[in-house]
Amino acid sequence: MSAAEMIGIFIETLIVVSILMLHVSYVVYFERKVIGHMQCRMGPMRVGWHGLLQPIADAIKLFFKEDIIPSQADKPIFYVAPLIGVLAALGSVAVIPMWEGFSIANLNIGILYILALSSVGSYAVILGGWASNSKYSFLGGLRSAAQVISYEIAMGLSLVGVMLMSGSANLSDIVHAQAGHWFIFTQPVAFFVFVIAIFAETNRVPFDMPEAETELVAGYATEYSGIRFGLFFMAEYAGMFVMSAFAVTCFLGGWSGPAFLPGFVWFILKVYAFIFLYFWIRATLPRYRYDQLMGLGWKLFIPLALANVVFTALMKIL
Amino acid sequence: MTLQQIYFGYFATMMTIISLLVVSRKNPVHSVLWMLVLFVHMAGLYLFLNAEFLAAVQIIVYAGAIMVLFLFVIMLLNLRKEEKEFRLQKQWPVSAVTAVLFLVVLVSILGKITVLPELGEYSIDMINAQGSLMTIGNVLYTKYLLPFEIASVLLLVAIVGAVVLAKKRIE
Repeated sequence: MSAAEMIGIFIETLIVVSILMLHVSYVVYFERKVIGHMQCRMGPMRVGWHGLLQPIADAIKLFFKEDIIPSQADKPIFYVAPLIGVLAALGSVAVIPMWEGFSIANLNIGILYILALSSVGSYAVILGGWASNSKYSFLGGLRSAAQVISYEIAMGLSLVGVMLMSGSANLSDIVHAQAGHWFIFTQPVAFFVFVIAIFAETNRVPFDMPEAETELVAGYATEYSGIRFGLFFMAEYAGMFVMSAFAVTCFLGGWSGPAFLPGFVWFILKVYAFIFLYFWIRATLPRYRYDQLMGLGWKLFIPLALANVVFTALMKIL
Repeated sequence: MTLQQIYFGYFATMMTIISLLVVSRKNPVHSVLWMLVLFVHMAGLYLFLNAEFLAAVQIIVYAGAIMVLFLFVIMLLNLRKEEKEFRLQKQWPVSAVTAVLFLVVLVSILGKITVLPELGEYSIDMINAQGSLMTIGNVLYTKYLLPFEIASVLLLVAIVGAVVLAKKRIE
């Protein structure tokens, strides 16, 4: 690889990451507006026209707040934990194909790459919770550890169905394989399991047990303040973006759509529709109880995903 | 030195240093974290050997599942208390003798390793053309089907054993 190519990739990455960061800050605004209107409120209104500058004000506030570290905290791990989360979320963006022929890295093992990074990302929550040396944070971290073990298996198994249908783990090939019909129609069970697994993966309602404001103060993030808290927040929303984009690529046909709009626009529209689903569910459902969540993962979703794999493989042979 | 040698040298030294850190940390959670760093380095070494699938599986299985389980158990047992106790078990002389013998074996075979054995049919070009996922799948489910299935039966036995041990006895 020549130096010019490497600089090209570097610039590409820089552009994609900055655009993503912009989306991440405004998706928080989008969430507050959507949930506000669903609850017959207005949402943020004060900063700028209809609160449009709210994310910028929030970011500035987080940057300049005092960074408090608990006295008995495990300092190196306390520092590193939020960074792991952000890096894992941003790293996953590299393999997602955004329009025909464009992804920063067109890996043959795209699906496995995203699964690997998402499992590394969960360490942010576990370690942040442990290093804070606080009951609430610790409980949040433990819950996250248990949640990851029960959900990642089902998530991986549901994607096996997609890999069987497309015959590849390359995300661009998966989009091409959906030219006839999207996998949401041929793999509805896998889609169902996958969507619920990514809700658990990104710690969103109804599976936001590690955070659980009403019982654990703020869970793993209780002791974090200032920009470190901001990084956790960023990791959560970037993770939502990545997982939505992943779901769109694997089940909703990625960038494909009627020709009157370019592929990139279709991709963004689908991703935002998926993110809207996140907010919609947050405004609708109460939180799951902890033991119910574990039971659901082990006793329902893993068998369901396994049955789906067997069924798909049989269909493929016949 | 070529770029490849620097790359390999970095990973080899780092992996040795990190392994030492894993066994010498007083806090078990720190040991687990260094082990995590070690696994990431191993994945890097696999990537260097053009085995991208192995690298991804290394992270997913070891970093994603097994180490989380370790962390979970260590946190649940709250091992912080045991930091101050004598860290070697009482059978340490036996372990020391075994370790020295193992070192002797390692040193004695050092000269006898063929550094570059003759290439088989699975050359890097062939694997890259097919994709490493495809190649491993083909080999695993045709040529090595029996050992593969035996390994999975072995794992099943372990799972059943764990369930039997953990289950409450019904009087």
